[in-house]
Amino acid sequence: MNANLLAQSALSGLFSGGLYALLGLGLSLSWRFLRIINLSHFAMIFLAAYLTYQCTAIWKINPYLVPLFLIPLFFVVAALQQLAIIRFGIDEFGSIVATFGVTIVVEALLQLIWSADFLRLETDHLKGSMVLGSLLVPWADAFMFMCAVTTCVGAWGLLRFTYIGKALRANVENPAIASIFGVQSRRLSLLVAGSAGGLAAFGGVFIALLFALTPSQMYSWFGVIFATVIMGGLGSPLGVLVAGLLVGVSESFAMALVAPSWAPIVPFTLMVSLLTLRPGRI
Amino acid sequence: MVKNLTLAGMPRMARTRASYIFGVGLFAALAVFGSLPFFQPPAFVESFLYLIFFWIALATSWTILSGFSGYVSFGHGTFYGIGIYSVARLSEHMPLTAAILLAGILSAVVAIVIGAIVFRIQHLRGELFALLTLASTFILSTIVLNTPIDGGPGVSLLVSVPSLFGSQMSTLYLMGMSVALLSVAVAYSVQYSSLGRGLFAVADDESVAEAQGIPTFAYKLAAFAISAFLAGVAGGIHALFISYVTVGETFSITVPLYVLLMSVLGGTRHWAGPCIGATLIASATYLFVSGDYALVTKIAIGATLVVATLVMPGGIMGVVSRFRRINVDQTTAVAGEGKPISQPPGVGPAGASPESVLLKCEGISLAFSGLRALSQVSFEVRENEILGLVGPNGSGKSTLINVISGFYRPDEGHVFLEGRDVAYIGGHRVARAGIARTYQIPRPFARLSVRENVELAAMFGAAASNPQRAADEADYWLAFVGLADRADALPSEINLHQRKFLELARALATQPRLIMLDEVLAGLTPPEVSKAIDMVRRIRDTGTSIIFVEHNMRAVMELSDRLIVINQGKKIADGPPRQVMNQDDVVSAYLGVPHVAA
Repeated sequence: MNANLLAQSALSGLFSGGLYALLGLGLSLSWRFLRIINLSHFAMIFLAAYLTYQCTAIWKINPYLVPLFLIPLFFVVAALQQLAIIRFGIDEFGSIVATFGVTIVVEALLQLIWSADFLRLETDHLKGSMVLGSLLVPWADAFMFMCAVTTCVGAWGLLRFTYIGKALRANVENPAIASIFGVQSRRLSLLVAGSAGGLAAFGGVFIALLFALTPSQMYSWFGVIFATVIMGGLGSPLGVLVAGLLVGVSESFAMALVAPSWAPIVPFTLMVSLLTLRPGRI
Repeated sequence: MVKNLTLAGMPRMARTRASYIFGVGLFAALAVFGSLPFFQPPAFVESFLYLIFFWIALATSWTILSGFSGYVSFGHGTFYGIGIYSVARLSEHMPLTAAILLAGILSAVVAIVIGAIVFRIQHLRGELFALLTLASTFILSTIVLNTPIDGGPGVSLLVSVPSLFGSQMSTLYLMGMSVALLSVAVAYSVQYSSLGRGLFAVADDESVAEAQGIPTFAYKLAAFAISAFLAGVAGGIHALFISYVTVGETFSITVPLYVLLMSVLGGTRHWAGPCIGATLIASATYLFVSGDYALVTKIAIGATLVVATLVMPGGIMGVVSRFRRINVDQTTAVAGEGKPISQPPGVGPAGASPESVLLKCEGISLAFSGLRALSQVSFEVRENEILGLVGPNGSGKSTLINVISGFYRPDEGHVFLEGRDVAYIGGHRVARAGIARTYQIPRPFARLSVRENVELAAMFGAAASNPQRAADEADYWLAFVGLADRADALPSEINLHQRKFLELARALATQPRLIMLDEVLAGLTPPEVSKAIDMVRRIRDTGTSIIFVEHNMRAVMELSDRLIVINQGKKIADGPPRQVMNQDDVVSAYLGVPHVAA
């Protein structure tokens, strides 16, 4: 194994890690701040991916414009879902089942509309690769990576420095006391849920850009994204980013050094050792 | 807050009758389903019923750990998968029944290993357990995929299933039925045994459960092993049913997700819950998804899940038991009253001389990352004594109680209960040795009724007794604290004053030698305080020694035989109450140093 190949695989690991972080961020936020394990996040991601496909490939809309209306749309949809969750007082346990129900419905709808065949989005934007020294850097991946990092850092900044972020953190510590100080728990939770929905839409755009689509594919993301979210520490955008990169790179090394089929074992072994050795950190 | 299932969901007098009915029902099911192959039904009937049985076995086995104890496992596929591959690989080398049994045992062993690691983690949060178990599935599937266990192409089972009633399907059907009925029977007996009650308590408040004498670690491990064993057996049989196994199919998201859905739909805190859930979901999937309207049906199933969670969060059994509870309330509301208060066996004033030492703390120190919460605290509690423990907020009183009750391990020092060092033996053993406590803010098990809360303590405490006797003792102690008429209420339905007395009843039901009362008077109105002071006296009259932590000085002075004062983690005074309260450093600890120059 030469150094060049290793560097190339590290790079592709970073790219997939960035995507893991982008897809996991919304999940992490809603888990931490809403106590909702939102399995429908994956359905939302794939719905957004299919809509991106439809807009770009069929209706020929410029792909850069797609997120501009998809994100607000998904913000509203996710906020509505959260409204129902609040209205019926669903707990963490129930949220898994209810949102899984949503996931099944969405999967079936996707299949009904776009069929179970693989769809590949062909676009002239972000095609090809740039050459960086001896490394090959695909434009689409690089762009996605940049967006993922920006999003995570931005989310961190919002949580850390704005009043909304502080209110959120106070609210999750002690909702009763936070509400005495004027924190509007309900409005905040709609905001968080909406943002998670927006993140799902954003992630979905890149799924459409980078992968061939089939509805059942959404389940294959469950494991690796959950590992990322847990390792990153719930509600911590930078943690999710670091965890995502760690998972991506270690997976990629396992593929290059051992065999592709051994790859899944790496993130999970990492996660297990982290959890068992330093449970307090998470 | 939704009213959830109480443990039994029915008054305890009906308990023996209920288990009799369950037994009859089980045999009836065995007779009806067992005789079906005799009538040679069409194959699809048997395979349909087989699948339902298969899912009942898996969902029920999942519920025994995850439903009862609240530790949700996403890793049920691991144990199912171990079962599948054990039989796929071992059935050529040994009799089928041996292979299936071995599949179960292997699963249980793996569960014990995983459990021994993860349950050791202090204060493991439920969601971390869920993810660790999820990870175990991925790790196992990768190993199976990359080693000769499978290697990639899948494994065809070469062994042929013997034909009963002239068909192999009948044999598989009977096997599936057996493992399903076995699982249900196991779940039923776990639910009503001390194991089940301990698990329900763990689900509500694990550290309180430990303090009540429940060996939480061992119980979680036992439930995990039972759960894995049944899943392994079910998987093993399923390997024969599908006869060609692949990694992708075996370790897919289907098993861990479906068992959860079935259990939650049916109700996670009742043995019948997963049965009902599995029957509904498995029939829906089998009957409709294979047909022409597969997608539409899928949408209907998804929508049903959503609606079901919205309108009945406790699952179907949650709704059932809510109706039942209402009926019970109406029929037995008066039954509790007028019952004579009789001394439960084994309780009575201790014969020991009042001067002999019961508990002796020696040089207890404990620091939390540098902050010294307790340093070199030594004191004694004598037989049948009320020892007042006072000190300003944050002085270390509660920490001291946590050390004595075994919740914290001290950095150094010893706690001798009648000469035996109990400082490092773990919370549930301390409770069983005879030390009980109450919490400053009452921490009843929220989903157990008042009576069940006390029963649990009686069952696991110092005088650990069987469920039937525990029920009698619970009644006694509820009458003792005056809560007999609220016995069937949930803790959320009684007021703070009553919850404080529930704490007392719970501590007393363990029949302790020493009981530590952590601010039992805080938040009570003056008349309630007087009642509580009376109660403390009556507790002492039963022969129990008391450590009485309190800010209410009137109560302290009135009740204490002796008083110790703690300030900043150090004991600063020890002696008769009046003398101690006049000591200069005690006065300054409470009121501050006088600024007047001497």
